[in-house]
Amino acid sequence: MSESPEKKVEYATDYKPLHDGPLKLARGHRIQYETVQGCDVLLYPEGVVQLSETAAMILKQVDGQKDATGIVSSLMQQFPEAGDISGDIRGFLEVAHARGWIA
Amino acid sequence: MSQLPAIKPPLWLLAELTYACPLQCAYCSNPVDFNGHGKTMDTETWLRVLRDARSMGALQLGLSGGEPLVRQDLETLVAESTQLGYYSNLITSGIGMDAARARSLKAAGLDHIQVSFQSSEANQNDEIAGMRAYAHKLDMARAVKAAGFPMVLCFVLHRDNLHRLREMLDLAIELEADYVELATTQYYGWALLNRDRLLPTLEQVREAESVANEYQARLKGKMDIYFVVPDYYEKRPKPCMNGWGSVFLLVTPDGTALPCHAARQLPDFSFPNVQTHSVKEIWQTSDAFNRFRGFGWMKEPCASCPEKEKDYGGCRCQAFQFTGDAAATDPVCDKSPLRHLVDEAVSAARTTTTEKPIIFRNPKNSDRHAKKPAVVAGPQ
Ligand code: SF4
Ligand code: SF4
Repeated sequence: MSESPEKKVEYATDYKPLHDGPLKLARGHRIQYETVQGCDVLLYPEGVVQLSETAAMILKQVDGQKDATGIVSSLMQQFPEAGDISGDIRGFLEVAHARGWIA
Repeated sequence: MSQLPAIKPPLWLLAELTYACPLQCAYCSNPVDFNGHGKTMDTETWLRVLRDARSMGALQLGLSGGEPLVRQDLETLVAESTQLGYYSNLITSGIGMDAARARSLKAAGLDHIQVSFQSSEANQNDEIAGMRAYAHKLDMARAVKAAGFPMVLCFVLHRDNLHRLREMLDLAIELEADYVELATTQYYGWALLNRDRLLPTLEQVREAESVANEYQARLKGKMDIYFVVPDYYEKRPKPCMNGWGSVFLLVTPDGTALPCHAARQLPDFSFPNVQTHSVKEIWQTSDAFNRFRGFGWMKEPCASCPEKEKDYGGCRCQAFQFTGDAAATDPVCDKSPLRHLVDEAVSAARTTTTEKPIIFRNPKNSDRHAKKPAVVAGPQ
């Protein structure tokens, strides 16, 4: 099959509120560490996103078992010196959810 | 002044595994003269290409063609790409797929399948594809889902099927596609040859856009819909390949390395071959991949344009197809002094009736049309 790839116009995804259930990576998404780039990347159909260290840390907690609250408390236990980062973590999860990275 | 950009590794490897294809789509972007190209590479050579590109950092692998399912070694190539850590995308018309093959590709680690439809309606689908394919494709799309793949359905839009957009989207819902790509034909290769018959009118495009918007809103969170506006109706060109030699590396069936699909037609180029050069050499040092890298090659109006980092001056092949000069501003841009060539193509298409025969993509037509120059600027 061969048509040229073109510019993809992604319609602005409206804000989707994060649900309370367990969170998992969306179908077809995975995270892997890339030595060449020196960072974790999120891969999905025909797409690559380079992840910051923080983003990667949060997304790796998305395991299909924990809900948002569980992810927040797990990260806060891991990094007690970081103070109250629950707002930041939730904010990122909301963005990731709105972009369709997690479901 | 020419700036020397740091050469970042390719992120995308598009492996055109074969030009063989059971379909004959009139909008195919394969080169018109494909039948005269060199021998299709064997398994071992492709495996080396996969390894070489991956070691440079390539992450997304497109397995395309022609019809990649024609290759009996597809599972072997997929298994290697899985092992290497690629995200693998099979880009197929679905012909050659069945439930068993979908499962064996899944077992080999294939990540994703994009199935293309010519139309939502059986007869028209088959007419455009030049063969009876529709019923099989529906079964196959179901088999892809059943094997657990994320599925992208791609509808290639043009004048004769744009009015069926609703049906296409309904079909996508029925088949439970994860993403739908509504790709308006881009005019390269066979599509360029058939442009007068395929280019939709502005009214059609606007109507289609509103249908796409409506479904997008309705299916939010369930199915992602992308609508690609044909660039002839835009005022700015597409940022072709995110810049020449920036992220995208294409390898043709005979091993020719290209910075984009249609580049092979460009004159005064000698495109390197992966059988005689390493992928690394090709990417970093070949003249072909460096020619339009960065901004130093640009002419006016691009050279001094504040938008050049956004669209890289557009598509080199489109610039060549219209103006005969691959370094010119893509004439889709309304800052180009040659924009009128695009407008003339639009009006030429508008006055072309359905009586004009479609030229199907097949080896016979390839031989017949290979010699003709690809430049079809303006009305005939
Ligand atoms: S566009 Fe049609 S003819 Fe061309 S490779 Fe794809 S399926 Fe075959
Ligand atoms: S003049 Fe060139 S760089 Fe500026 S917008 Fe047009 S194509 Fe892009």
